[in-house]
Amino acid sequence: MLELKNVSKTFFPNTPNERKALVDINLHLAPGDFVTIIGGNGAGKSTLFNSIAGSFLIDRGNILLGGKNITFLHDYQRARTIGRLFQDPLKGTAPNMTIEENLAMAYLRGMRKGVHFGISKKDSEFFREQLAELGLGLEDRLKTKMGLLSGGQRQAVTLMMATIVTPKLLLLDEHTAALDPATAEKVAELTQKIVARGKITTMMITHNMQQSLDCGNRTIMMDNGRVILDLQGEARARLTVPDLLELFKDRSHREFDNDRMMLS
Amino acid sequence: MSLFALQGAVELGLIYALMSLGLFVSYRILDIPDLTVDSSFTLGAAVAAMLTVAGHPYLGLGLAVAAGTLAGCLTAFLQTKLQIQPILAGILSMTALYSINLHVMDGKAQVSMLKTASLYTLSSGKFSKLLVSGAILLAVCLMLGFFFRTQLGLCIRATGDNEDMVRSSSINTERMKFIGLGLANALVALSGGMLAQYQNFADLSMGIGMVVIGLASLIIGEVIFGRPTIPRNILAVVLGSIIYRTIIAFVMARGMSPNDLKLISAAIVVLAISYPAILQKVRVRKLMKEAKLDA
Repeated sequence: MLELKNVSKTFFPNTPNERKALVDINLHLAPGDFVTIIGGNGAGKSTLFNSIAGSFLIDRGNILLGGKNITFLHDYQRARTIGRLFQDPLKGTAPNMTIEENLAMAYLRGMRKGVHFGISKKDSEFFREQLAELGLGLEDRLKTKMGLLSGGQRQAVTLMMATIVTPKLLLLDEHTAALDPATAEKVAELTQKIVARGKITTMMITHNMQQSLDCGNRTIMMDNGRVILDLQGEARARLTVPDLLELFKDRSHREFDNDRMMLS
Repeated sequence: MSLFALQGAVELGLIYALMSLGLFVSYRILDIPDLTVDSSFTLGAAVAAMLTVAGHPYLGLGLAVAAGTLAGCLTAFLQTKLQIQPILAGILSMTALYSINLHVMDGKAQVSMLKTASLYTLSSGKFSKLLVSGAILLAVCLMLGFFFRTQLGLCIRATGDNEDMVRSSSINTERMKFIGLGLANALVALSGGMLAQYQNFADLSMGIGMVVIGLASLIIGEVIFGRPTIPRNILAVVLGSIIYRTIIAFVMARGMSPNDLKLISAAIVVLAISYPAILQKVRVRKLMKEAKLDA
């Protein structure tokens, strides 16, 4: 589904601040793959996502999604088939518009925007059903302004918006990290449910080692802009968190350093 | 203030309301402080005046709208494709348009169109000017209210609310800014064109300070009538514009010099925008005083 060929990105090239954020990344995701990504500070996890989503152009290499070369597409063009969630729950929704209007925007993904009514009765009904499935009691608050919801609620709605038109690829950048533990758990559960139902090819950055092993079918570890570990199948199933830390030390020759990493 | 003066104020208020609605689109909906307005207002007036003199008053207004749209698109082009800061982009278009306006007006600083047919010579009833402006304004308000509920309208509103989110919904925010600023300046130019026909002349400097006047009307309306929904907000802008003109007419009737108009307008905007900050200061003062008493 997703293919990265020799992808490299260097920030501030030829200056004292030069930083090689991605070095010759080669990655292939099969349709339906759910990959968790872990790594220390500045390992290149978010840079990888930014490259795929088109926040900036990469210096070298090619990115293919569903067989189509998207290397030089604008971010909003890629967004037709890529859904994305950020750590900050405020980033994914428009606070001064209603829940319904936000959903309507997301529902338009990939369609031509015309000058007919934005929200039909049928759409409204569909949104209500979808919201009911979140189990947050939002289905009766379609006309509520988004800014009045809590961070967790907003993140849950953002998740729904990113998947309301099934994307080819879903990018989750620590999307539960800013939420309180109980809400984080709930959003994580929802994520699993939605991804499984749509068989969506997904990449998830997480700071939770245990979650990285529990979720999905594949785990990638990054360090210094490289993929240093790619686990799946049998080898991954047997792995525990201490094993993972040991593997990191082994591959990178130093201790794991992520100040937000939860080791248990 | 006489009833006659009041009617005049309302007539002006209805015409200027279109300009305030333009600012509503750029400043409130798109969240862009668009300074193009000062010149696109004059541009609309100039285009309408020249064509009215040539005997085409309605075509004049139509072309004024088209010219305003282009002016807005120029600013959008500077902002998006050339990555110039929004304020500077507006100032650049405003400055460039000054020369364009002079060309449109055939190098003259003023064009008068006495004894030519125009929108306001249609009928000579006592309230005809009021009705003509009111009808056009009503049509525009209904169109805006409808437009912001369409898919395209939703996308434009969201662009001013959370641009990141709009881009990740696969919408080209640059295009939304073109459409939004084009629409905003089309309304401003229509307002300018109508004013020119109303007062029977166009003046090269008639647009100076329009941004501030528009903002003052917008804010007065919002402070008094609130802005919970788009239709309410549109209504608030229109009423704000009428109230603003009434205030101006009132203070002028009291003997204030017209030279001080811009000063008053600016003061109104400063007061209205800084109102929350001032209130906050007063509250903190009060709290500190009470805390001292408790200690």
